[in-house]
Order: sequence, then structure tokens, then C-alpha cells
Amino acid sequence: MSITLTLFLIVVGITLVITAWAARRTRTTVQFWAAGRTIKGWQNGLAIAGDYMSAASFLGIAGLIAFNGYDGFMYSVGWLVAYLTVLFLIAEPMRNTGKYTMADVLSYRMSPVPVRSAAAFSTIAVSASYMMAQMIGAGSLIKILLPDLDKNLSPYFNWALFGTKLDPSIALVGALMMIYVIAGGMVATTWVQIVKAVLLMGGAILLSLLVLLYFNFNFLAFFDKIYSVKDKATGLPFTSPGILYPYGKATVWGIDKALVENVSLGLALILGTAGLPHILMRFFTVPNAKAARSSVAWAMGLIGSFYVMTTFLGFGAAALIGKANICAKVVTGFKCAPGLKPNTNMSMPRLADFLGTNFFGATGGEFLLAFIAAVAFATILAVVAGLTLAASGAFSHDFYVNVVRTHLFHGTVSEREQVLVARITAALVGLLSIWLAAKTGATANVAALVAGVAFVIAASANLPAILFTLFWKRFNTWGAVASLVGGTVVTIWLVAVGPGWTLPAVAHPAFPLQNVGIVAIPVGFLLAIVGTYVGELAKADRLAEVKFHEIDVRAQTGVGAEPTPVPA
Amino acid sequence: MEIGKSQPVQKAPPTGEATDAAHWEGLEETTEFKELVRARWRFVAPATIFFLVYYFALPLSNGLFPSFMRTEVIGHINIAYLFALSEFVMAWVLAYFYIRQATRVFDPLAEKVRQRAGQGK
Repeated sequence: MSITLTLFLIVVGITLVITAWAARRTRTTVQFWAAGRTIKGWQNGLAIAGDYMSAASFLGIAGLIAFNGYDGFMYSVGWLVAYLTVLFLIAEPMRNTGKYTMADVLSYRMSPVPVRSAAAFSTIAVSASYMMAQMIGAGSLIKILLPDLDKNLSPYFNWALFGTKLDPSIALVGALMMIYVIAGGMVATTWVQIVKAVLLMGGAILLSLLVLLYFNFNFLAFFDKIYSVKDKATGLPFTSPGILYPYGKATVWGIDKALVENVSLGLALILGTAGLPHILMRFFTVPNAKAARSSVAWAMGLIGSFYVMTTFLGFGAAALIGKANICAKVVTGFKCAPGLKPNTNMSMPRLADFLGTNFFGATGGEFLLAFIAAVAFATILAVVAGLTLAASGAFSHDFYVNVVRTHLFHGTVSEREQVLVARITAALVGLLSIWLAAKTGATANVAALVAGVAFVIAASANLPAILFTLFWKRFNTWGAVASLVGGTVVTIWLVAVGPGWTLPAVAHPAFPLQNVGIVAIPVGFLLAIVGTYVGELAKADRLAEVKFHEIDVRAQTGVGAEPTPVPA
Repeated sequence: MEIGKSQPVQKAPPTGEATDAAHWEGLEETTEFKELVRARWRFVAPATIFFLVYYFALPLSNGLFPSFMRTEVIGHINIAYLFALSEFVMAWVLAYFYIRQATRVFDPLAEKVRQRAGQGK
């Protein structure tokens, strides 16, 4: 085990050195938030891919496919198609009108105090729920690398925080990550995302090739083997849809529940991406709309290629190891150590261990496991940094600087004060996500969690606000606040009373679906519309319509867009 | 849209903002801008409807026509998997066409509006 841990630490160390190097190059506010707006299209494409492909993609989807077969692949499909929404409707107008954060675009037309406050609220909700899944992913890695850590630390974690006992591995690695990000790694994430995207693609290509090599590059033999893996409950082969959500078992509103779950999931997947604050921020790092467009194209190429490879990673783990044997510690013959529960998030590292051992012997297995675990950890750390930047940006830039200090106390804010507020926000969001991770449980699948909470909030709260700000003349502050706050609250409420992801499932939840998007997303859009008309009746916000002409021209043409500074 | 349109302009503060609003509305009324918006929506609206329909056809077919989707085409590779793979191709092809259209049509039109905006000030 020592080789694995050592190599893991070396690869992670290299990533940290690059972060520190990049951090030293950051001096001004525009560099801090938007990397000086000088990032090239292909670089930003890699960075978007890096920001986007989190533990959910790298660990989560492979796990869903390994445990449920075909249905898990739907996550891969949806998360790529989502980029068409971004490309067609969001990327270029955002670059043309925005400055640092999503709320900058909204507050162009809207009354800044309520809109910035509401946007800070929804951004922190998205970031915290997204980060919760990353914490679970990182915890899963630590549990594999140090299988006895939980047991050894448990005497120190024998207390509850608001009724929930923290998970030792998650709490430890989560706290370390947050300290690192807050202490300085928070800045200049673009380069970290690029390095990490390259590592992640490399890891995925290597494992995919090894899976194919195992089957002598015979695609049909590979699928024969997948077909031979059968689901116990339904009897279906893993190549077939209907295992994650079995068809014909129950109905919701008179329709097959599995169908509703899948459509609801699809809505969140393809609409959520366009409302993710940390992805939207990436479009402010490029010089102009054309570069924003080409960066989406690059990202789609990379992300799509990765998601196609989840076929080999996920089905490979199902065919070669089997879901019963995917857990923190294995004994000879790759069987789960007695007493351990299978964990979907561990499919990728376990696959690496198996393939390495199969081709290069026991040391090879340790080596490959260490490499994949390190890549996954770098992935998670980079995403946590991006999310922290978005969350602390929303709070310190949008709420604290623009609302509290500028409008309420009419003071000016020093950069030092702003950074301090950002750091405190980051620490609180980190703590919240560690707590949520413990509450959800370490074995919940991270892809399902991200798609089930963060993406739904993004699609129901942020997306209507952004789309209507850009394209609907009558839209006003009331509508924006209604969707930002309402969409977030409705989503969290439906998830809280729904079946959830913790096993065993709740028997008779107040809301029947795991994926709440099919209700929450239309509600978010409806709130935006109703709010707008109520606001009109209240004659609250006439400036919003006057300002529409400005944002209309700016968004479409880039007139007056934030310029590219001359390189120093 | 109806009566609301002229009202806010009158109500807006007299100084810089009124002239500013007029400036932007003026640009909005130019033929170049109208042409740009029309060209963009003529591509984006049908393309968006197409990808939404194509995308949701997959989960809907999986649920509504399970035996058809489980039909195996080559070996144990079934229609459901091939359909899922085709979604990737669909996304890449649509993105390619959008970028081609944007470079050829939208960018030159946007440039014209930007030049006009520069002259106006």
C-alpha cells in the first residue's frame, strides 16, 4: 500500500506546485476573477472541461454504469448535449455583457441590491450542493488509499454537528482541501483546470485502452461480456435500459415512474449546465465572444470524447469486477473484504487496480490505482477551487461589495477586505458541504447527487433569470428575484421531502421522484414570469425595460464589452 | 410592450440616461442589427427545437418502446446504445454548423453594428 500512497502524494504534489506557480502570477482583481481576460479559446475550452468534469463525471458516471448498466450512460449523453444550450444561448451574450460573475449580467437591467442578493443565494446553494458531492468523492478516494482511516479516527469523531455525525475521511480530506484553496490555491484556477483536464483525459484514455486490450480490441466480445452481466432485481442484461429506474413497476401522475424519472433527469442535465455559476464565470476569461464560442467547441470535443469513454470505464468495471466487489478494501481474487458495503464512487479506482494487476502484476495494480486516485483527487481539488471561487465571488463581490458596502453603507472596500470576506465565505461553504456530505452518506453516487440537486437549482433558479434578462424585454427585478430565490427553495424542498439517495430508500416520501427537475424547472420559469407581471402591476421597476435595449444590443454584438487589457 | 414602451423613456432621469437609452434604442432600430437578430434566431430557434426533440426522443423511446430499443443490431449492441452514441454525433455536428454560421454570417453583421456604434458616439 505504501507505493500507492507515495505515488498518489507525488502526483497531487505536482498539481499543487503548478497551482502555487500560477497563483504568484495573479496581481489585480481582473486577474483574480477573470484571468486577465487573455485566455485563448482552446485554453479556455480545456479549462471549461476541467471545471466541468468533476468527481461526478470521473468517478460518478463510471460508478452508475458499473452498478446499473445502460441507464448510467444517460448521464454522459445529457451532460454533453447540455453544451448546445450553452453554445446557442448563453456563452457569447454572457461574454458580451458580463464582467466577473453571473449577477453582473443580471444587474445590468435589474435593481442591483435585490438581484445581487438573490443571485448570491442561488449561487451559494448550487456551489454547496455541488461541493457536497465532491467531498463524498474525495472521501471515497481516501477510504481506498487508507482503508483503516475511518476506524482509527472514529474515537475523535464521536460527536454530532446539528444531529449528524461527520464522516472522518470526508471531514479530514474536505478540511485539508478547503484550507489549501483558501490559503492561496483559490486564485488563477484556469491553469489548474487545464493541467487537470489533460491529466483526466490521459487517465481515461489509458484505462479505456486497457479495457479494450483485455478484450483484444474485440468490441463485440466486450459487449458479449457486458450482456452476460445481469441485474438481480429485474433480470435485465446490463446493455439494456431499465435497471436504475425499472420500467412498469410504479406510476406517478398516471405515467410510468421510471419514464418520468428519466425525463426529469434529462431536463436537469441539459438545462442545468447553462446555469452553473462556475461554468458561466469561464466565459469572462476570454478576450471576446468569438473566443467564448470556440472555447465551447473545444470543451464539447474534450467532454464528449471523455463521456464516450465512460462506455469502457463503466461497463468495463461492471464486466471485469462486478458491483458486489467494488468497495474500499479487497482481498485476494478482487473480492470485497468482509463486512464492507459496495460504493459506486470507487468503480474507477477499483478498475485501475484490476487492470494494472492483470497486465503488470501486483505492483502495476498499486501503481495504476495510485495514478487514477491522484488524477481523481486533482480533479476534485480543481473543481472545489472553481466552486469556491464562484461561491465566494457571489458573496464577496456581489453581496458584500455591491450590496452591503456600496448601497447600504456607501463605503469603499479595500481589496484586502474583499479577499478576507471571500475566504470566510469559502470556509463556511466548505463546512456546510462537509456536513451535507456526512448527512447524505458516503456511498451515495456523486453523479446522481450533482445532477439531482446542483443542476436542478441551476436550471430552475439561474437559467430563467439569465435567459429572460438577455431575451425578454418585459422581464424585471421581481421576476429575477422570484426565480432565483423561488427556484432554489422549491428544489431544495422537493429534494428534502423526496426519496433521496441514502440507502435504504425512504418508504413513502412526500414527493415521489429522486429527480425533481420536471417540477422544479417549470416552477422556476413560471415564477420568473409571474414575478415579472406582479412587478409590473406594482410599477416597481421601469428601468429594467429601458435597459433591455442596451443589453439587447450589447449581448448580440459585443458593443462596449469588457475589453482585453494590454498585457503588462 | 404596448403602452409600456413609450412610458419608461419619458420617465427616465433627464440627464445622461435618457440620451443613453435613445442611443441603444437607435442601434436596435438599425437594419444591420435587425438583420443580425433575425439571422441568429433563424438558426438558433430551429436548432434548439431540433436538439431538444432529438435528445428527449431517447429517454422517451427507452420507456415507451422498450422491446424495440433492446433490439440487438450487431452482436449484443442494441438500438438504445447506438441511439445514445448518435446523440454525441448530433451535438458535435450541430455545434459545427452553429460555429460555421456564426463566423460566416453573425460576426460580419455584429462588426457592422459595432462600427456604427463607434461612429454614433
